[in-house]
Amino acid sequence: MQKNEVKKSNDNFFMNIVRNQMFIPLLALAILALFNLIADPGFIKISIKENNMGNPVLSGFLITVLDSGSELAILAIGMTLVTAASGGQDISVGAAVAIAGSVLLRILRGAGTGNFGAMLLVAFLVSCIVAMLFGAFNGVLVAYFKIQPMIATLILYTAGRSIAAWINNNELPVISDPFLGYFGGFIPGIPIPTPFFIAIICVVVIFLVLKFTNLGLYTQTVGINENSARLNGLNPKMIKVISFVVLGLCVAVVGLIKVSRISTINYSVIAKDIEMDAILAVALGGNALGGGKFNMAASIFGAYVIQFLTQTLYKFKVSADALPAYKAVVVIVLVVISAPAVKEWMGNMTKKFKVKEVA
Amino acid sequence: MLRKKVAMLLAVAMVAATVVGCGGGESKTDAPADDAAKTEEPAAEDAEADADAEAPAADGELIKVGIINNDPNESGYRTANVEDLKAMFTEENGYDAQFQYSLKNDEQITYAKQMITDGIDYLLLSAADTAGWDPVLQDAQAAGTKVILFDRTIDASEDLYEASIVSDMPAEGARAVEWLAGQGLDEYNIIHIQGVMGSAAQVGRTGALDEKVAAEDNWTLVSQQTAEWNAEKAQQIVQSVIDSGEKFNVIYAENDDMAKGAVAALDAANITHGVGKDVIIMGFDCNKWALKELLNQNWNYDGQCNPFQAEYIDDVIKQLENGEEIAEKTIILEEKGFDATEITQEDIDQYGIGEE
Repeated sequence: MQKNEVKKSNDNFFMNIVRNQMFIPLLALAILALFNLIADPGFIKISIKENNMGNPVLSGFLITVLDSGSELAILAIGMTLVTAASGGQDISVGAAVAIAGSVLLRILRGAGTGNFGAMLLVAFLVSCIVAMLFGAFNGVLVAYFKIQPMIATLILYTAGRSIAAWINNNELPVISDPFLGYFGGFIPGIPIPTPFFIAIICVVVIFLVLKFTNLGLYTQTVGINENSARLNGLNPKMIKVISFVVLGLCVAVVGLIKVSRISTINYSVIAKDIEMDAILAVALGGNALGGGKFNMAASIFGAYVIQFLTQTLYKFKVSADALPAYKAVVVIVLVVISAPAVKEWMGNMTKKFKVKEVA
Repeated sequence: MLRKKVAMLLAVAMVAATVVGCGGGESKTDAPADDAAKTEEPAAEDAEADADAEAPAADGELIKVGIINNDPNESGYRTANVEDLKAMFTEENGYDAQFQYSLKNDEQITYAKQMITDGIDYLLLSAADTAGWDPVLQDAQAAGTKVILFDRTIDASEDLYEASIVSDMPAEGARAVEWLAGQGLDEYNIIHIQGVMGSAAQVGRTGALDEKVAAEDNWTLVSQQTAEWNAEKAQQIVQSVIDSGEKFNVIYAENDDMAKGAVAALDAANITHGVGKDVIIMGFDCNKWALKELLNQNWNYDGQCNPFQAEYIDDVIKQLENGEEIAEKTIILEEKGFDATEITQEDIDQYGIGEE
């Protein structure tokens, strides 16, 4: 009798782990780490080097992942909210990043001489406003005109990069001020890549917002059942628009990092296909792509796991052209695992297994 | 529901991939979006050069030309190309020109038909796509309109056009590789960053390097990957090589943007680059800012892809007007490669495209 009970609690323990939303991204990370470890045990090594400006910086495979995965993590925050509230995804974030970056450069270019830091702040605030307006545009299409999110955002997906080019008269200004480079590189004296810091700030802010406001609860309520949310006095339309506006803010932050990385912009390729990775991060985090409940931490973690995957593929010299194919495999596995039919089948299997054991 | 959505997501991704793929494939202009700026100086120079030459229609009758080009916003290369044509085909130079721009082949065909109906003397064409031009060109022939292709070739019989003025992409690659071989390094450990796979610029610029690496024992490709003309991807690719600890001493990037991304990765890892430094940096396109890097000896080589084609077209038209035969249908644009140790500010002013 007692033995049985112990077993039961053991079962529960395992089931809890497996059911935990962090399980899938953690498993994926473990598999990737194992691959890397077999191929090159040195991948885990982190060393301090000097960069060309003479500042000490951390360097190594893992630092690269943290560095270049940060944009994705920031976008995953917004994408998670949009997914939860609207039950669909925004595929225009890459194009929106181009717009935000273009606005930023346009203002910096017109700044002339003066306090560069102050101008950068102004430019960043304006690009935030522009990106949030475009987010609101998407949100209104989805919430008020009831257009499927993917279709609604297809508009900006198609037009966004042209708009970005138009904002700067098709010119590609190169801003050589070293201060701009801090946001995509290193701040002198701090050996940790700045994008990672920015990502941490964003993560902290969103967790505070989720903890101290009802945004998270309301978003989930709207995502689970819009009608009952409305009957309970929420305004589902507003919640959806807000989720898109938050994503817009994330886009502006990413725009700053991207522009800072190479101190210029290339409208047709900046942040290309980043929307696919952001959506994948949300899916990898175990969030239902059909809306409803969400787990922010899992999405953000998922984003870094995806960057880990990308960087691993680069390391194995997989052609960048073939990367989407590998990611597609991940998508397929995820979708199959979370499909209701498979879940039911797995449930049955475990039940049968248990019955056998008892017998 | 979930599966439907993901299926849709994949479908959208695929559509996007195709669209982008075609764009890159057609794009002869190596740089999908460099600076789209105005290269007024070189264009103006061309115009002056032409003013010195005799005007083809001294008797006051203008030659009617219809010019169909790709969208000037496509890239800095294209903008420079369009400005150059505009400066050449003016009334002062004896031309009555109409311009139409589109990145879509069917729109271009519609424009062409319209122009032929308008009774133009010459149709100057930079086609968006290689296919579908036979009927239009046959119409042109029937109407007595002479066709001159510039910048891009098409799949049509040679009888249907008078001349084709194009860049020789394989030669651009060969010139760069020859320059690299001339540097006399003991070992060539190359990171090769490619453009969008299948585009004319990528195929041409990759070919020569691949051959050389296969032929020489001391030439090795440390990494050969496509960054799709994208500076950030180039940065990540180079970063991954640095992280893996492999040794390299050459970065061969197929356009300036990607070379810039690669250099950003080197800067972060304290690897010196440029003339007399650890790593040789090679780019293509001759953007002004890139040539500036050469002048400052931060980069070593930049290969040109010549957008200044108006003078060549003008020559062909003059020959035809004088009743001369065009000796070679395919006219190859003269192009250069710049070495950081030899480049001057004048070169930047004359050959650079886009903004500084």
